[in-house]
Amino acid sequence: MNRIQQLFKTKSSGVLNIYCTAGYPQLDSTLKVMKALQDNGAGIIELGMPYSDPLADGPVIQESGGVALQNGMTLKVLFEQLKIMRNTAGSGITVPVILMGYMNPVLQYGFEKFCADASATGVDGLILPDLPIREFETEYGPVIRKYGLDFIFLVTPETPEERIRKIDALSTGFIYAVSSSSTTGKDKNFSEVELYLQKLQDMQLKNPVLVGFGIKDKITFQSACKYANGAIIGSAYIKALNENPAVGETTKKFLESILK
Amino acid sequence: MINRTIALAKYKGTFEQPDIFGYYGGFGGAYIPEMLYPNVEELKSRYLKIMYEDDFQKEFRALLKDYVGRPSPLYHAKRLSEKHGTTIFLKREDLNHTGAHKINNTIGQLLLARRLGKHRIIAETGAGQHGVATATVCALMDMQCVVYMGEKDIERQAPNVARMKMLGATVIPATSGSKTLKDATNEAIRDWINNPVDTHYIIGSVVGPHPYPDMVARFQSIISEEMRWQLKEHTGSEFPTHVVACVGGGSNAAGAFYHYLEEFAVQLVAVEAAGCGIRSGMSAATTQLGKAGILHGSKSLVMQTEDGQVVEPHSISAGLDYPGIGPLHAHLYETGRALFLSATDEEAIDAAFELTRLEGIIPALESAHAIAGLDQLKLTSKDTVVVCLSGRGDKDMAAYMKAMGE
Repeated sequence: MNRIQQLFKTKSSGVLNIYCTAGYPQLDSTLKVMKALQDNGAGIIELGMPYSDPLADGPVIQESGGVALQNGMTLKVLFEQLKIMRNTAGSGITVPVILMGYMNPVLQYGFEKFCADASATGVDGLILPDLPIREFETEYGPVIRKYGLDFIFLVTPETPEERIRKIDALSTGFIYAVSSSSTTGKDKNFSEVELYLQKLQDMQLKNPVLVGFGIKDKITFQSACKYANGAIIGSAYIKALNENPAVGETTKKFLESILK
Repeated sequence: MINRTIALAKYKGTFEQPDIFGYYGGFGGAYIPEMLYPNVEELKSRYLKIMYEDDFQKEFRALLKDYVGRPSPLYHAKRLSEKHGTTIFLKREDLNHTGAHKINNTIGQLLLARRLGKHRIIAETGAGQHGVATATVCALMDMQCVVYMGEKDIERQAPNVARMKMLGATVIPATSGSKTLKDATNEAIRDWINNPVDTHYIIGSVVGPHPYPDMVARFQSIISEEMRWQLKEHTGSEFPTHVVACVGGGSNAAGAFYHYLEEFAVQLVAVEAAGCGIRSGMSAATTQLGKAGILHGSKSLVMQTEDGQVVEPHSISAGLDYPGIGPLHAHLYETGRALFLSATDEEAIDAAFELTRLEGIIPALESAHAIAGLDQLKLTSKDTVVVCLSGRGDKDMAAYMKAMGE
């Protein structure tokens, strides 16, 4: 059983997953941010691998990725940084860590090498939104499994039920329920979303469900938690870091505003 | 080169159509986030059926004839032929309404969008030609039109921005990333993600997730459909020895090649933009500089850093200034079915002046690359060459005036 499965075994509700961008705000702040997130109550850390053309992300996350790239972040640098992630004498990150990013940089790095390095540094799962189901089944899924990594698929309010079932069968770790058909960082009327989340809950999927997109504060987090095992916050946290790049202070304040 | 010839000899597939998953050989597919799945799936399951219905074809053909002015002439360019010691015909897409081949595709996609029940149209544009072609057809058919254009391109292409606005389109600057065509494409895709139900995205080239490359190629295939019967009228044969077209994303080339793809005696020639030179770091010659990768939803050749970040290309021609290439063309390159050449900014400018002085035709800078490609072919008096003159040069007068020192 890996860290993600372990987590949901002991905690089936109110799991807070926070997204942060590797190499942001500074190149070497990756682990510092992750540690601050863990210390202040994040249950899962989703670590974004910056990319020049992040289609599924909104402007806030794209800009943070742009800064990270300017700072010199690459996958090579990232895996170098993550070497001490699970080391108790190093960073002492014990919560599950998921890498989120896009296929192109991963393909250039070498897909298998990427999975091997992710696994070796203690990463638990992957989110690659532009990896389609068919290519996952025929080509990439077996490699991901070989290295013991979970693969987290997305579902949206427009995803047909039959397809949700298929995604549930292919996913391990959890399912990422996109709260509305939108890119990250967009405000949507949250009550519209509740019907869809209710539907997901009624389907009794085998995987836990975390809700993402549009979760930005205590109210939206708690509404999401009513229907799912937890929720994911990205843009709102990056925005907070934008406003105050003091990692420790910002992270403490931000997570308190959600969890307290 | 030898390897490619062998690969071509062994090739058993068809070049015209991708497989059911959208692959041309190893290139294509639909690498899209789940949020786009319903839109792309709907399009994939319906585009072929809709576009080959009788009433669709009737409406499409009527608009191409009466509104666009098709068939576009196939013109025997005698003085240009003389210079090259061969026989050259120009396929005059520059004479289409709005001044380029782009409108063949926008009419087709708009008719399709209507039949899908969509009432809002979005598009990306680089130089503004596809944006103008989209805004034009939206005005004609009373559809809401939003065009994404890089902030930098908006500054560089003021007349086309004004045309789009006059046609009633909303032009939204893409301010992310490098603020050019690739970012305008990202923004358009994001808009589509945020508006999945009422909106159709008209991609302007043979790029994007399946079924776009195939759909756009089919709408543009009217170019080579006409070439075949027109050439027969001129020469008695439907088949030239060469078809030459410029390639950025590759839509005019796809259209000009389409009905010759399976005719291996016809040499297909694609001319990419070398910019300041292939090794200059300021180029857009994707087959020469790109590696296999994923951009805007399909697997193709992509200009990128060794870390897989997409790089900003350079060409004097905004329409060729794209870091990718359609998956069909990547496949034509890989298999050797088409010969890929490149022309620099300077060569394109020279070719534009040469064509203007020899034939009285001012070409678009994009099309001037195809003309420049002629110098690199060893043509003889026995050859018959068709060059796709994809657009006219009005939009490029600033660059031409600069070249004249004005």
